[in-house]
Amino acid sequence: MDIVGKRYLYFAISLSVIIPGLIALALWGLPLAIDFTGGSMLEVQFQGKAPAPAEVIAIYHEFGIGDPTVQSSTNNTLIIRSKPIDEATMNKLVKTMEERFHTKVIVRQFSTVGPSVGKEVARRAAGAVGLAAIAILLYITYAFRGVPHAFRYGTAAIIAMLHDVLVTLGVEAILGHFLHWEADAMFLTAMLTIIGFSVHDSIVVFDRIRENSLRYRRLPYETLVNHSIVQTLDRSINTQLTVMLTLLTLALFGGVTTRHFVIILLVGIFSGTYSSIFNAAPILVVWENKEWRCWLKGRLKCDNANAEA
Amino acid sequence: MRNPKRYLIPVLLLIAIAIYIDLPSTKAVTIPNPFGTKPLFSHPVQTRLGLDLQGGVQALLQSEIPCDQVPPEAMKTARAIVEKRVNGLGVSEAVVQLADNCRIVVELPGERDPEHALAVIRKTGVLEFVDLGDTYLPPGTPIQTDFRSKQSNQKGEEATPTPEASATPQKTPAAKASPTPAASPTPKPKIWHTVMTGAELKSVRVEPNPTGGGYEIAFTLTDKGAKIFGDYTSKNVGKILGIVLDGKLISAPRVNSPITDGSGVITGNFTLQSANDLAIQMRYGSLPVPLKVVQSRTIGPTLGEDSLRKSIHASIIATIVILLFMLLYYRLPGFVADLALITYALLSFAIFKWIPVTFTLPGIAGFVLSVGMAVDANILIFERMKEELRAGHPLQQAIDLGWERAWPSIRDANISTLITTAILFWFGNAYGASLVKGFALTLALGVLVSLFTAVTVTRIFLHTLLDAVDFSEHHKWFGI
Repeated sequence: MDIVGKRYLYFAISLSVIIPGLIALALWGLPLAIDFTGGSMLEVQFQGKAPAPAEVIAIYHEFGIGDPTVQSSTNNTLIIRSKPIDEATMNKLVKTMEERFHTKVIVRQFSTVGPSVGKEVARRAAGAVGLAAIAILLYITYAFRGVPHAFRYGTAAIIAMLHDVLVTLGVEAILGHFLHWEADAMFLTAMLTIIGFSVHDSIVVFDRIRENSLRYRRLPYETLVNHSIVQTLDRSINTQLTVMLTLLTLALFGGVTTRHFVIILLVGIFSGTYSSIFNAAPILVVWENKEWRCWLKGRLKCDNANAEA
Repeated sequence: MRNPKRYLIPVLLLIAIAIYIDLPSTKAVTIPNPFGTKPLFSHPVQTRLGLDLQGGVQALLQSEIPCDQVPPEAMKTARAIVEKRVNGLGVSEAVVQLADNCRIVVELPGERDPEHALAVIRKTGVLEFVDLGDTYLPPGTPIQTDFRSKQSNQKGEEATPTPEASATPQKTPAAKASPTPAASPTPKPKIWHTVMTGAELKSVRVEPNPTGGGYEIAFTLTDKGAKIFGDYTSKNVGKILGIVLDGKLISAPRVNSPITDGSGVITGNFTLQSANDLAIQMRYGSLPVPLKVVQSRTIGPTLGEDSLRKSIHASIIATIVILLFMLLYYRLPGFVADLALITYALLSFAIFKWIPVTFTLPGIAGFVLSVGMAVDANILIFERMKEELRAGHPLQQAIDLGWERAWPSIRDANISTLITTAILFWFGNAYGASLVKGFALTLALGVLVSLFTAVTVTRIFLHTLLDAVDFSEHHKWFGI
């Protein structure tokens, strides 16, 4: 099986997912939840039929609360987001709804976040992702210190990780636009987990390259890398299968609260396995051959150039 | 590991202990003392459910003073005071923690009324000087006062007391306040008279006791306070003046002499620490730093129950799916890995109950995910073992080689996961994002336990099994 030989095909597949995702991000943005923007979220369930969103918005306006948006959910449930309100106001709102719609209203959840905290959380989150990337880069460079160009392995793992981050962000932007998802603290947790897994997978492949490079010293690097990928393929697929199966059961039976979280994990972890096999290891080959010198000449690979030399 | 079988007995023992802890009826692990009544060792174990699984209120309080200007000691005192108030709510398993250096996380599982709970936490507490007459009461005694009952009658429970308004009317405090013996036998708590509230304090400081060891608290009063205090102390020399904070007695000094110049000292058995604590509480009425609620979250009980039921369901299904997959694909080693996986589930659940780790929805997701990763270590090993078998190595050797060669990648991969979980935990900790923290903690513990079960326990089990039955000729048992 020749995976490394078709590396540019696999790079193209990655780009065909990432680019639409980036376009979606640019067009629609990533709707941020109140965790990051500040605001209030009230989820109420009506004993009878849920009223039309406009009627609920009208109540909010009567209280002078800005920017309410209402989203309908299953089981006569409404999710109402607005500027930050306190518990007393929330209780009054619920009471007003009960009187006006002549039905019992159950508060399923209520959160309120001050705007300054939201901003600080968002800033600290970016810091957390950056810190994780640097820590992992350092660790891999250290773990592969015996191999020539140890730094390349760390960098390739980070590129594969960025790939997974971009894929996930793109999918979140596309799905989020149609399913009204918002990026909340749990989304951030999913992203950080994906980063961890992405590197986990890359390391398994790299470890094989490390081992094989000591054993088969005379093999060309490209063949060596391909051989290592094929050897670890069974493991990659099986691990992928078990994690996917667990996540799928969580998505199907785990309830609505975690569904968004689990689906994002599914996307990211699939991407993580893909990138470790089809991107991370092939990038090492591109680097070894310094193929970017030939891209300017309109060629992807430098096979001929090598042959001529 | 020279002879893996040697470890079989300890591992089985460990599993037995884990099963004992996992039993729902186990509330504590106790080693009884055969020679006495006090047990040699006792540790409570419990299944602690997070807010999202049982409903409740979570709030993040932040100081209104900029974070870098808040003295850490003041935050610690504020936390202790908030905790006292929270305990007054009667919520079991309430959590009050410092986060960063200017935030306090409050979690009230099972609390149904967020408006009331937050009002209790946020209220500016009341410091009162109470006339106790001749009755000495130990610190910590709940004290009912006329000032407080007036407050709650006027404004309802959540009202912020305005001490100035009600501190003035008491012109003849001593006459009214003397305990009436006729009233005391009734089971109703006695209502004491408030001489003055903390609003009349001008300054408070801690000084070493000039006549002996220890410390005392010196204070000065406003002009109005000096007059009230002078009147009271002249008439009540030898009586006890209770200092009451939020309805609890914190100190009960005796009036040694009339204090008419608007300054005085409180002596007692104070250490520097306890004198400082009391001084802070007196100085700021209640909270040493003003706090505001910057974030709050309320989960209704129905949503919580629903989530709990569904996630338990999903975890069981997920585990069964993995067990089947391993058994069908890897045959005999798969069966052994399944045993290790069950061991893993038993051990980690026992550890969660021991620490105890609070179960949250993302925490359960993290746990299920770590089951997947536990299996990954076994898959790495078994794939490697199969390769060595195909390369013609004899069975025992193939097993050892499989373990040896799969180890570096298992180690490196898991260390990178642990790095991420550490960063997640740090992130969650700073913001009281207990969901993020719960996820990170369960995933990290899961990774550590899975390293032990997938790498060590599987090997012990497999070697034991191979010695009992000779599988050397049955390669198909190994999925080849």
